[in-house]
Formats: sequence, C-alpha cells, structure tokens
Amino acid sequence: MMGRFVLRRFGLALITLALLSVLVFIGTQLLPGDVGRRVLGPFATQESVDALNARLGTDRPPLVQYTDWIGGAVTGDLGDSITFARPVTELVGRALINSAKLAALAFVIVVPLSIWGGILAALRRGRLIDRLITVGGLSATVIPEFVSGIVLILIFAVTLGWLPGTASAPRGSGFFTQMRHLLLPAICLTLVLFGYIARITRAGVIEAMEADYTRTAILKGLPRRVVIRREVLRNALLPTIAVVASQMGYLIGGLVVVEVLFSYQGIGQLLYSAAQNADFPLLAGGVLVVGAMFQGSMLLADLAYSWLNPRIRLAGSG
Amino acid sequence: MTAQTAITHPALEVRDLALEYRIGPDWKSALRDINFTVERGESFGLVGESGCGKSTVAMAIMHYLPRNGRVTQGSIRLAGRDVTDLSPRELRDLRVNKISMVYQNPGTALNPSIRIGRQVEDVFELMGVPAREREGRVRQVLDKVQIADPIRVMRRYPHQLSGGMLQRVVIAMAIASRPALLILDEPTTGLDATVEAEVLDLVRDLRDEIGTSVLFISHSLAVIRKMCDRVAVLYAGRLMAVGPTEETFNNPSHPYTVGLLRCLPSPETGRRDETTLDTIPGFLPPLGAEITGCIYAERCGNVQDICREVEPELIPVPGDSVSRCHFWDRAQELPRTVPEAAPRRERSEETLLAITNASKTFVQDGAPVYALHDIDLEIRVGETVALVGESGSGKSTLAKVLLGIHAPDDGTVIALSGKGLSAKVAQRTQGEIGAIQMVFQNPDSALNRRHSVRRIIGRAVRLLRREGRKETDDRTKNLMREVRMGSQHLLAKPRQLSGGLKQRVAIARAFAGTPALVICDEPTSALDVSVQAAIINLLAELQAEENVSYLFISHDLNVVRYIADRVAVMYLGRLMEVGSSPRVFAGPHHPYTEALLSASPDLEEDTRIRLEGEIPAASNPPSGCVFQTRCPRKIGVICETVEPPLEEAEPGWFKRCHIPIEELRLLQGQPPAEVTADPATT
Repeated sequence: MMGRFVLRRFGLALITLALLSVLVFIGTQLLPGDVGRRVLGPFATQESVDALNARLGTDRPPLVQYTDWIGGAVTGDLGDSITFARPVTELVGRALINSAKLAALAFVIVVPLSIWGGILAALRRGRLIDRLITVGGLSATVIPEFVSGIVLILIFAVTLGWLPGTASAPRGSGFFTQMRHLLLPAICLTLVLFGYIARITRAGVIEAMEADYTRTAILKGLPRRVVIRREVLRNALLPTIAVVASQMGYLIGGLVVVEVLFSYQGIGQLLYSAAQNADFPLLAGGVLVVGAMFQGSMLLADLAYSWLNPRIRLAGSG
Repeated sequence: MTAQTAITHPALEVRDLALEYRIGPDWKSALRDINFTVERGESFGLVGESGCGKSTVAMAIMHYLPRNGRVTQGSIRLAGRDVTDLSPRELRDLRVNKISMVYQNPGTALNPSIRIGRQVEDVFELMGVPAREREGRVRQVLDKVQIADPIRVMRRYPHQLSGGMLQRVVIAMAIASRPALLILDEPTTGLDATVEAEVLDLVRDLRDEIGTSVLFISHSLAVIRKMCDRVAVLYAGRLMAVGPTEETFNNPSHPYTVGLLRCLPSPETGRRDETTLDTIPGFLPPLGAEITGCIYAERCGNVQDICREVEPELIPVPGDSVSRCHFWDRAQELPRTVPEAAPRRERSEETLLAITNASKTFVQDGAPVYALHDIDLEIRVGETVALVGESGSGKSTLAKVLLGIHAPDDGTVIALSGKGLSAKVAQRTQGEIGAIQMVFQNPDSALNRRHSVRRIIGRAVRLLRREGRKETDDRTKNLMREVRMGSQHLLAKPRQLSGGLKQRVAIARAFAGTPALVICDEPTSALDVSVQAAIINLLAELQAEENVSYLFISHDLNVVRYIADRVAVMYLGRLMEVGSSPRVFAGPHHPYTEALLSASPDLEEDTRIRLEGEIPAASNPPSGCVFQTRCPRKIGVICETVEPPLEEAEPGWFKRCHIPIEELRLLQGQPPAEVTADPATT
C-alpha cells in the first residue's frame, strides 16, 4: 500500500517537472524571440548574431531544441553558460552547495526554535507569551526579507559591528568563520519561517490537547509531562513535520532576495545574475534544478507525513 | 485510611454539589444541589436528556473540568475521601488506583498513533507493576474483556479495530486496577445493537466478578433499566428523582420521568395507526437561567401556581425514593400533550418503487467488495418500509443506489411507478429527482451552516420546482407550516436552532419537491427521546397528508415496530427477511432477526441470543449462507455450501434461510401455526 503510494507520488512529481521544463523552455528559449540578438544587443552585426544563434543552436526548430535540451538535462548536461562559458551543471552545483550551507544553518536555528515556541504558545494559550509568539511571529513573517535583512545589517553589521554584513566568507575560511558570515541571512530567514511553523505547531498541540485520547491519558493518571511528550506531541507534530519538509525547497532554492542582499554566491544569486545578463541556458538549467528541489521537498513532506501516521502507513494492511 | 473505615464508607458520596461554567464574563450555574450515594458494589444510573449535566457530574467526580468550570459548593467523597481538594500527586494516584472511566466514543478515546498494547501497558506501569510482568498482565486483562486474540490486538493501532473491539480495550484499561468506582459515560451510544448488548453483558459480568461500583450515565432509559440497581433522573443540572430502578420506571413519582417514559415507543405502545407518541413540549432552559419555583414547571403538564413560586425539595416518597415535585402523588396522572388519535391515512397496494435483482460491487485496492447482492424490494404508495441490520450490512448503500448516488451493477432494475429509473442521478429528470428525497441522521452536517432556514428550504424548492420567486417563497412558508415551524425561524441559521428544529428543516427540505419516497436514514438517532417522539409524529402526519412512502433506516427496533408497515432485514448486503412489521416482530424469525431482537436492551437476558464476533468483511463473504459464521441456529454443511434464496415462505413473508419455517417455530419456542399446512404443499 505504502509502496504504491510512494510510486504514485513520485510519478506525479515527474509529471510536474516535465510540465515545468516545458514552461521554462518556452520562457527562456522561445519567448525572448531572437536569442542571439537579446544576448548581443541592438548594435551587434547580423552576422555575429547569426553566428551566436548557430553556436547556441537557437536557429533550429523549437521541438528539436527542446528534445535536445531535455535529453541533455536527464543525462546531467544542461549546456554551457553564455556569460561564464562554463557548463551550467558545474555552476549550479557549486551554487547549490553554498545555498545548502545557508539552508542548513537556517534550518538548525528555525526548526527547534519555532517548534518550541509553538508548543509553549499552546501550553500557555491565551496568556501573554502566547500572544507574543503568535502575533510577533505573524508580524515577522509578513515583513519582506529585503526590509528585515537591511534592518539586521544596519543593526548588527553597521552599528554594532558584531557580525559581517556579507554572507560570503573569504576563500579558505574555516567552518566557524563561514557560519559567522551566514548568521545574519539565516536569522533573516528565521524571521520569515518562525511565525508559520510556530502557528502550525501551536494549532496541532492545541488540537491534540483537547482530543479525547489526551483526556483518556490524563484520567489514566499519566503525569502531565508524559502526556504532553508522548500522547500530545506524537500527534501534534505530524502537520509540523510536513510543513517543515515542504519548506526545504524554499530554503535551498527560493532565496533570491536574501542571497542578493547579503551578496552570497548561492543558487538564488546565480539565477538573478543569469536573468540580468540574459544568460538563457544558465537561467533555464537553474530554474529546472530549483523546480526539482521544490518537488523533492514536497515529496519528502508527503512521505514523512504518511510514514509517521500509522493510519496512512498501515492503510489496507488490516 | 485504614481498611476498617474503607469498608464502612459508600463507594461514592456526592453532597450538595454545585458547579458553574463561565460563559463570556458571567458564571452560570450548571449543577445545583446534587446529592446521591453509590454503595459498594452497586450500579447507579444517571439519566436525562442531553445538556442536563450528566457528563459534567462525571467530570466533576474525575476532577477533570474544562478551564471555564468550577465547583462552587459541596463535596465528592470517594470511599470517604474528599476529592475536591487534592494535590496533583494525590489526584493522579486516585486516577491510577481508585477510579476509572469508559467514554462515549471509543474511536477517539485511544491515541491513534500508539499501539493498543502500549496504551494498556501504561496502566500497569502506573500501578507499579514490574516491566517483565506487564505484558502478561495486559494479555490477561484483554482476555478478561473477551478479546479472542490478545497478542494480535496488542500490536494493532486503534484505527485497525472496530468500535466494539475498541470499547473492550477501553474497558480493559478501566478495570485493570480493579477500581473502587467505574464511571461509564454513554459507553454504548454509537455502537450497533448487537455490539451494545455484548458490551453491556461484559460490563455486568465484570462488575459481578471484581465487585466494583458503577456509575452508569446514559440518555437511554432502556440501557439504564437493564444495567442499574438505582437511578437518578437529572434535569437542567438538578436531580428530579432518585430511587431504585424498578420503582423509578414502573411507578414514577416525577412528571419528567413520566414524560420521558411516554416518549418512548415500546411493544405496549401500539402502532402508529393506533396512537401518537406523547411528547414533552418546550425546551431545556438555558444554562444559568434564573428561575423561581420548579425548574421543570415550564414544561410540566401538572403545573400549579405553587410550582412557579416555590422550588420543591427532594421529597421522600414511597418505594425508598425521592422526588422533586410538589405533586409527586399525581405524577402519573400527567395529561397527554398531543391528541392520542393517530392521523388517518389511506394505504394502497399500488407499487411505488421496485428494485429488482440489485447488486452493487465496489472495487477497493483492486479487489471487489460485494456491498449489495441479489436485492429485491418493493415499496408501495403511502407505505413505510423499515430497513434494519448492523452497520456494514449495506443499508446506506441501498439508499444511495435508490437515490442514484451510487450506480448499481448491470442487471439491476429500478422502477418508479412502473417506469424505469436511470441508475445515475445526473440522468434522471427533475421530477424523478424530486420524487426520491432523503433525510439524514445528523442535521448538523446536512444543513449549510451559513444559510438561513429560508434559503435552505427555498433553494430546494427552486431547484426541484423551478417556479417564480413568489411561488417559491409561498411554498417555502407552506413547508415551514407543514413541519410545524413558525415564521420566526425563517431567518435563523442552523446553529440558532435546536436539534429537533434542525431536523424539521431537513424534513421540510426533503418535502420541497412533493416527493413520492423519502428515505429517512436514522432520522432520530441523534435526537433526545422527547424530540424523537415529536419528529416521528411529524413524519407520520406528513405521510397521512401527502401519501408519501418512507424507506426508514433505523437500528432502534422499538421505533421500527411503531412506525413501519413492513420490515426488511439486511445482513452483509443481502435481504435476510422481509415481511409485514407485525409478522416480522411476532415470528417465527429468521435467525439473524431473532438475534437482533434479543439484543434489544429491554428484554430479559434469559432469552438472549448472543451473536459472536463481528460482521464479516464484504470483500470476503463467507461461503454458502453469509450468516452461517455467526448463526446460532446453523443446521449443517448445507449452510456452509449453498446460499439459500430469498423465498416466500408465507404469503407476503420472505426469508433467506435453509431452516423450514415450522422448525424455526419450534426452535424459537412459538406455538405451531393455527392454520394447518395445506397437504398439497408438502
């Protein structure tokens, strides 16, 4: 049963990716019209434009271009970047590693903090700490990253000088130096996600606290500590885990603003510059990879949820 | 506390208990002046309609009140020890060792993500049983609640067990510590009649075995009567009467008790063409209402001036009882609230709806599930046909097939007034859709919460009749009158209405398109008895006025006996017995009907037929007769190999059973048929 579910979910993810690849292809290869002209600008000679189109293969029929591109993509070849004259996969790969470092730090900060905050808010429901966490978290979530990021830089980098204002550590820096550089952007991301995850956790805990089975556990005589840890959290954290997993895609692939703001060489920054420089192969390849990251994290979220929930895991195995 | 004092004290002593709930800024009285005692080894019942405060009493005893609840007065003594003032540690100790509880809904009472074994083991762990002995103890206690395969059940999660099985597990947890007091709060509400009978038997056996005292809470008078030595009747947070069960029910000394008993159809009541059901008019007063005089005066048919001025005490009355009524000696002279004469109706032999050769096979995970098989049923004009059977027997599936929600298998023929009816609702005409309508069990989920009553009914009228705005509005108001609702409710939203009024709205909606057949799926099982009586009367009146037919799905055999003209008994997707209602109830019965009838809680247990186990899965029905795996009258190999047909054994009476009718008559201890068998038929 579980196996079939995984297969179906995986198949759906593949279909979504295929659709995405078509959209990306249309957006980056077809809509710009004459790719060579867009890259070289209005003052280039027609000969050099034609030559570039021939080199990029953008003079061929769209269907041929697409099958060629997608065929390369599945074998790990996304073509070469125009601006960097390097394979797209290599550039994207390096950027992904950087992004993953930032994501990992943000993850390590935000997940425990927001789950803890959500549980605390639920247990102190209606009191001051609950209001602080829910209202504060929501307010932080709706502040755009470019506002909170600039405020953070102004306070901690410019005024206080405690932390570096750029995320990229000098080449060859050790682990802790790198992390010190990543701390401000990670806090910026924490502000975005804390309210969301804390609220989901809070709602789950409150629901579980009011559930009949929690009443049963309390009236069995289980100590409150055990009731919360075992009876409540086990059920309450299911939706939280799913939400956290589904945010992995955003954390790794969706950080254009934060990475640009903190001038960090991640995938967001890479895509941003590719778009600015009309580097279509890089843009297309990068977006496709980010799409795959999002799909992967959604898949992870679904699998985590269904594996942790015995009602789904054991469905049909009477 | 020494053993000596423990013996002298009663198991539970509630004195002058008063309790309030905070609603908005105000504290409102929910319980007042509650006094009762449960002796050691006694079963004490607490009965009353919903909202009377039964569960609040239980939760006060368990010391588990919602945050907006507080005890303002009185004491609750458990074996002599006041529980209203305990430290958290003492309270936990009390819950572990002295007092435990069984809840209404076993499906939600167990943690969905923890295995059964672990949840039961907790209890032993808390009692301080060493780890290596616990598994054995869990097995023992599951054995004790008659779970056949404890080791397998221990490994399961709650969602993998049936409701009856889960309630056994909850009971096992509750009795594991051999508590001094066991509180059962509506433990069988929501279970099938056969499962209910099993659970009640189990509770009774266990009580006798471990000698625990029981506080049994139920809205069902029949269940309380069967289970309890003494009973207290609760109304609006106050005790109305306390006394021995027999005395309280057979010789009631409070008009509320009299009213409750009259609402219930019983074998003695007579059928719907002979008499209406009496009702209790009016509503429960809102929480915390300031009422001078007797709180029941507003709804009491015996009310006098003094009742509205002076609240009666609990007055000692003959038969070792007390009654909170100035005129307790006149309680049984309570006048009827509705005319006794039943609405007259004309019945015809004309067939309205016929479903022939019907079967329905679902495909689940690639395997077929035989939900309906070989159904032949006809419903005549103006007739009520009741459909009875345990959950999972296919009653609702049959209803959905008739409504066109589920398309039946090929070969099924549905005819309305002799004309073929499309299997799918989308292919039916406006008139055909309006002709077959439905009233659901739970009006809360069947009515759109955001719409007003006018909009809910008006929408159905517009869709089914497609008339102008004025006609639609007139018809809506007319329907409201027909279901005895005033125009003041036109703009109300469902949440502003009581359960009974909501069900009236649902009935009005079903009647919007002048239906020929209304399918009523457990229409009163979510309602209190006094409301149930009013709704049943309403259905009977509407039938007399509109000459509509009902397919009445119910598990309450007393209601079925009262309202139905014919009864069809279903098991595992098949009709097992079909016949006129008097004939089906009189017998001889199909063995399955016999078991259903004897599961009804108002019968003496000597005649009890126990149905072992649970209804088999429809994906894998037993060979031969589908009932053979549980049949107490099974005769041999033929039952296991050949499925009997549904045959007309008497004119108008059909059974699906290999046992000849004469033999059934003998087996069931009935006198032989008066008419001697026609020699030609042998």
